[in-house]
Amino acid sequence: MEKLFQKISLASASIVFVILVGIFLTLLSSSKAAIEEFGLDFLTNSAWNKEVPLNPVNETVQANAAKIFEDVELNTQDDTTDDEDMIADEDDEDDMILADEDESEEGSSSATKTVYGGLVPIVGTILTTIIALTFALPIAMGIAVFLAEIAPKNISYVVGIAIELLAAIPSIIFGMWGLYYFAPIVADIVGGYQVSLLTAGLVLGVMILPFMAAITRDSMNTTPNVLKESAYALGATKFEVIKDIIFPYSKVGIIGSIILALGRALGETMAVAFLIGSIFVLPDAINSPTISIPVAMANNFGEASGLGESALFYLALILFIISFGVISLAKFYFLKKAK
Amino acid sequence: MPVMHIKNFSFTYAGVEHPSLKNITLPIEKNKVTALIGPSGCGKSTLLRSMNRIHDLYPGNKYEGEIELLDFETNERKNILEIKKENEFIKLRQQVGMIFQKPTPFPMSIFDNVAYGLKIAGIKNKTELEDRVEQALIGSALWKEVHDRLNASAMGLSGGQQQRLCIARAVAVKPEVLLFDEPTSALDPISTGAIEELIVELKKDVSIAIVTHNMQQASRISDYTAFMYLGDLIEYDKTENIFLNPKEKKTEDYITGRFG
Repeated sequence: MEKLFQKISLASASIVFVILVGIFLTLLSSSKAAIEEFGLDFLTNSAWNKEVPLNPVNETVQANAAKIFEDVELNTQDDTTDDEDMIADEDDEDDMILADEDESEEGSSSATKTVYGGLVPIVGTILTTIIALTFALPIAMGIAVFLAEIAPKNISYVVGIAIELLAAIPSIIFGMWGLYYFAPIVADIVGGYQVSLLTAGLVLGVMILPFMAAITRDSMNTTPNVLKESAYALGATKFEVIKDIIFPYSKVGIIGSIILALGRALGETMAVAFLIGSIFVLPDAINSPTISIPVAMANNFGEASGLGESALFYLALILFIISFGVISLAKFYFLKKAK
Repeated sequence: MPVMHIKNFSFTYAGVEHPSLKNITLPIEKNKVTALIGPSGCGKSTLLRSMNRIHDLYPGNKYEGEIELLDFETNERKNILEIKKENEFIKLRQQVGMIFQKPTPFPMSIFDNVAYGLKIAGIKNKTELEDRVEQALIGSALWKEVHDRLNASAMGLSGGQQQRLCIARAVAVKPEVLLFDEPTSALDPISTGAIEELIVELKKDVSIAIVTHNMQQASRISDYTAFMYLGDLIEYDKTENIFLNPKEKKTEDYITGRFG
């Protein structure tokens, strides 16, 4: 019985590793074609699903890159008026080949190839996450301090339940609320487009807020009363107790909450899909639309095939590595430092 | 001349009908050790925690009567139960320090722990801080053990060392009165001995009130002893009188181990 129990718990624990490695290997094998085709240039190339003239001599790569960039710029202006059409165009490879015949007149060769680059979604993902964190972190800390230390018990209880309910709202509801209600307000205040990096980041911030606040409050509540009392007994004020005793004591929990929130912000798809604008263009300002990795995948998997599908897997692999890297960095660096 | 004088003091916890302390009158003599003894639930910790009003961290408790504290600077007596403003609370707690049952080092270095009370009292000068920390650590018999690792975390010290660190931290702000709430009940006999010696040593500079379950400890270190039972102060006298010739039957029963 004892042994059986041990075996079962061991098996449950090893499933985690099997799944983790399995997902990684799947992503790796599916994205193999794209990795072989684009290599690490994928990370720095901002073109997605672009036909470029095949250049066997490879002497005008720079020029091509510049031209791609110009195309993108040109497209931006069209897109802003009508970005849904633009996405449809881009996804339709036949259209692109037709369109490319015009381009090839000025190019040196008539043969073309399709190029996929991940720079735009990677930048979009990282920027939305940073905006979300900078917005949510101070507010979450404020909520947690209020709930754990300042509010009377009954108020703290009610607000605590509200926070937990906020965490339970499905992300698509955040997306719709953001698009129809929040985005116009942000656009009125900041200017620019309603769907943009900023609105996506802010709504993402609202979504991760309850996680951070709830976990931070819980870890602040683990501060022993007697530790707080001994600080008060030395003549500390409430603010000094919070700053010098409670924050250092619950540092590990707070970092844990940030890690969890980061994980959610990096991978959030639905709400961001509503709000980010979903165009493969590098944002030139905080209020211009772009795309993030999960949104790129969700929007394009239906129509993708061949190299395009593989490129999406390559993006997925990159997202996996970013999340994994950020979380392990936080775990090993900050948690070690906290001790 | 007592440094603190508790007069007709009653205390009721929030949400409870009956008072936990009834009509207590007790002096805390200057530069003496006053021990509070009695069985669990007799209110001795409650009384001690009233003396720096740490009860006020939790709202709704009721005080009656007076607790007078002698201010060494102005030589005036002040009823600490009338305190309402935060800066007066801070001053009270700097005058009346407290050591708890479990060692409570803050999550910071040894130096910062001892310097904490000084820093929040507004002392910024680095050399003065270093001097006062060193004095406090020497005063609490910890300097020899930690002087070469002042920047190490206080969490790495042993239980007895942590408790002496807490004493050093309380002594550093130079209080008039130190309240000890069963300071050795979580420690081994050797650490307990060290703390007891320290308390006897400290009474040169501060007046001390100590709650203890250990009657031998009370007889070893205290000058005065108060026996409490179910919220009443049964008897207060010089320690030798309490232990050798108790006037009350209940005191005698408790001291001889017949109940409690």
